[in-house]
Amino acid sequence: MTSIAAELPSNYLTREHTVRSWLLTTDHKRIALLFFASITFFFFVGGFAATLIRLHLVNPAGTLLQPDMYNRMFTMHGIVMVWFFLIPSIPATLGNFLLPLMIGAHDLAFPRLNLASWYVFNISGALAIYFLLAGGVDTGWTFYTPFSTMYSNGHVMAAAAAVFVNGFSTIMTALNFVVTTHRLRAPGMTFMRLPLFVWAIYATSLVMLLATPVLAMTLALMAIERGLHVGIFDPALGGDPLLFQHLFWFYSHPAVYIMILPAFGVISEVITCFARKRIFGYEGMVWAMMAIAIIGFLVWGHHMFVAGISIYAAILYSVMTFIVAVPSAIKVFNWIATLHGGSIRFDAPMLYALGFIGLFTTGGLTGLIIATVAIDVHVTDTYFIVAHFHYIMVGGAVTAYFAGLHYWWPKITGRLYPEIWARGAALLIFVGFNLTFFPQFILGYLGMPRRYYAYPPEFQVWHVLSSAGASILAVAYVLPLFYLAWSLVYGAKAGPNPWRATGLEWRSASPPPAHNFSGTPFVTTGPYRYNTTDDGYVSQDGSAGA
Amino acid sequence: MEWLPFWPKDAAVSGHVVDTLYIFELALTTLILISVYGLMLVFCIRYWRGRKVDRTKGAAKSWVWEIGWTSATLVAFLALFVWGAKAFIFLYQPPPADIEIFVVAKQWMWKTQHPGGQREIDELHVPIGKSVRLVLTSEDVIHSFYIPAFRVKHDVVPGQYETFWFKATKTGEFRLQCAEFCGTQHAHMGGRIVVMPAAAYARWLTDQGAHESLARQGEALFRKYGCSGCHGTNSAVHAPSLAGVYGSVVQLDGGGTARADERYIRDSILLPRSQIVAGYAPIMPSFAGQIGEDDLVAIVAYIQSLSRPPGASP
Repeated sequence: MTSIAAELPSNYLTREHTVRSWLLTTDHKRIALLFFASITFFFFVGGFAATLIRLHLVNPAGTLLQPDMYNRMFTMHGIVMVWFFLIPSIPATLGNFLLPLMIGAHDLAFPRLNLASWYVFNISGALAIYFLLAGGVDTGWTFYTPFSTMYSNGHVMAAAAAVFVNGFSTIMTALNFVVTTHRLRAPGMTFMRLPLFVWAIYATSLVMLLATPVLAMTLALMAIERGLHVGIFDPALGGDPLLFQHLFWFYSHPAVYIMILPAFGVISEVITCFARKRIFGYEGMVWAMMAIAIIGFLVWGHHMFVAGISIYAAILYSVMTFIVAVPSAIKVFNWIATLHGGSIRFDAPMLYALGFIGLFTTGGLTGLIIATVAIDVHVTDTYFIVAHFHYIMVGGAVTAYFAGLHYWWPKITGRLYPEIWARGAALLIFVGFNLTFFPQFILGYLGMPRRYYAYPPEFQVWHVLSSAGASILAVAYVLPLFYLAWSLVYGAKAGPNPWRATGLEWRSASPPPAHNFSGTPFVTTGPYRYNTTDDGYVSQDGSAGA
Repeated sequence: MEWLPFWPKDAAVSGHVVDTLYIFELALTTLILISVYGLMLVFCIRYWRGRKVDRTKGAAKSWVWEIGWTSATLVAFLALFVWGAKAFIFLYQPPPADIEIFVVAKQWMWKTQHPGGQREIDELHVPIGKSVRLVLTSEDVIHSFYIPAFRVKHDVVPGQYETFWFKATKTGEFRLQCAEFCGTQHAHMGGRIVVMPAAAYARWLTDQGAHESLARQGEALFRKYGCSGCHGTNSAVHAPSLAGVYGSVVQLDGGGTARADERYIRDSILLPRSQIVAGYAPIMPSFAGQIGEDDLVAIVAYIQSLSRPPGASP
């Protein structure tokens, strides 16, 4: 059976070639690529800071960077990676590109709002570049008061402005996704027939919509105290420093789920496709994601166990944290159960996905260790925490981002990436990542605090191991930049459905035409109708692939 | 548990409590990780595409499995929670203290004050086997008082008194670190905790030279700042007597009660209008911004001493 769009003459890339046609585009696919360019830039900006940090820490005396410069580097790394890479990563690129395609729509509900979101993102990005070039900020990405409001002499206002504006981009995109999911599903695409990636983007968007305004308010209050000396957080002015932490983490804990929920979506698509088997427990996967999105709002106090909250509050946040871990565990069980009895191929997206499961599980289990209040008293604010959240955000979210990038690369560009190189990079990332961050668990339990530019010499061996791993990781993250660029010119033509997957996005051409489908697809069946025994599949519009 | 490889020194009661829990969870984590990686590996090899294997019995939707592993996880997690919470209450609820130390943090140093008036900078000498209660505050930003060998830390928040405790089980020197980022020299805001046998500790205290006890210093400040004018025994002003206040439960104006701990006393000096004792007019002026943290600590120690029977050692 031919693809619905096969006879269309041009695709979204070749339709127009002017710069203007890119900068004023309202095509969600082009905007996805614009976001891809922006966040790739910031990924390497944040990576540059990480490289300097790891180089600096090879020496216990910490002589490469001045203390203030080191403090500015880890702050830059955190702010750039969290708000300018991780939060927009999967949603603004893959989500933007795929959400309409997967639900059989011609575009997002508000195409101009989508473009506006990219411009707002770039304005915030320009502010970020400004505060970095002007001298940076030394507060840490968490902006704790009263240090940030009364003591720091970095460019706190500019940094806060950058993150504040960035939040509007997040909100615009999230709003667009929620409305699109509700209003633009093709006939027959009921909620329980949505691909899990769409569910993940939907759940993420809800969290973005509800949490991001709190961040904006928190940063505004911080700026008011810093600029106008109105006592809000500084006790010397009659404020409460813990209030800032409550407000900040009320956003920033859900922000972790903003990073990891889309990753769950990508991994679910990849695992089921390369195992050629319907995902195990689709309904369970959906409810697990929604449960995480909701319960994720009730656990922020676990960042404050030793901050001076009441011990009863701490215990309550601890039990909620254990409860929010249950749906994550369910997802891991279901992915593994999906492998059972499958017919498994090990293309690069699958290697990334399998790596994700291992790394995410490590991050999740160490998350239980620090949810145990008594242990957190010892390891909080040490490298144990640094290792834990890198396992979730880098081992988890970034690995899933790469899985998705490779999986949908043929759809986005119409070309196949070079498989050998991609598999090599996937393995290298897995090895480099573990070598970088596993030693940090040991460092943390040994009592090495975070954000130290110098440290006792007995910790050096672990820091050297970590830095060695980081150099492998750096190479592994740069590799895809080259071979993916190479594939744009030399890659084999992909065809509409190189993975023989079931989603509607694969029923359009690769690359898809301007409005995705020539008609409106009609959905007759749920996702993931893969047949393990004869390797066949049924697309969501009911057409069977052999 | 120091026989384990890569294990930090453990020199306090709390160290043992945290280590036991951690080892258990570490073992559990390792077990689960081996199962997850193991199952992935087994399934990947067994069901490699192209291998002749029965694929008709693959795990399909099954409520039995899903409900089974969901409830098993929940029960296991709640068990870990209960153990962790109990240990946490032990760590963070101080028993009756043998010694009370006041700690004032500032960028980038720790000032510690003994009941006998001895002061130290970036050091704290304590006797072995005694429960030491710490009352912590900061003069500027948030710091965190962290002793890795004791497995305890507590943030030190400006404008608040935080308390926690430890009981050392080994003599020696142990690292004290700041664990909350506090500016340029955060990495060097450290020091040492020196745990000594009782006799050596007593000798160390006397070697520090003659000191007025902290409470005595506080008494002088109590007069200097004019507190005694109203709270003194022969005062004409209608102000509550402070004898016996520390540790008691105070009836507040408008109903409600408050436990008169260090935090309450401090707040009453700096924010007197926030908690008015029942039957008294809100006439006390605020001393916020007028008394430094070091002096406050001494005054609090003096008011504490008014609750002890005469002649009892501080």
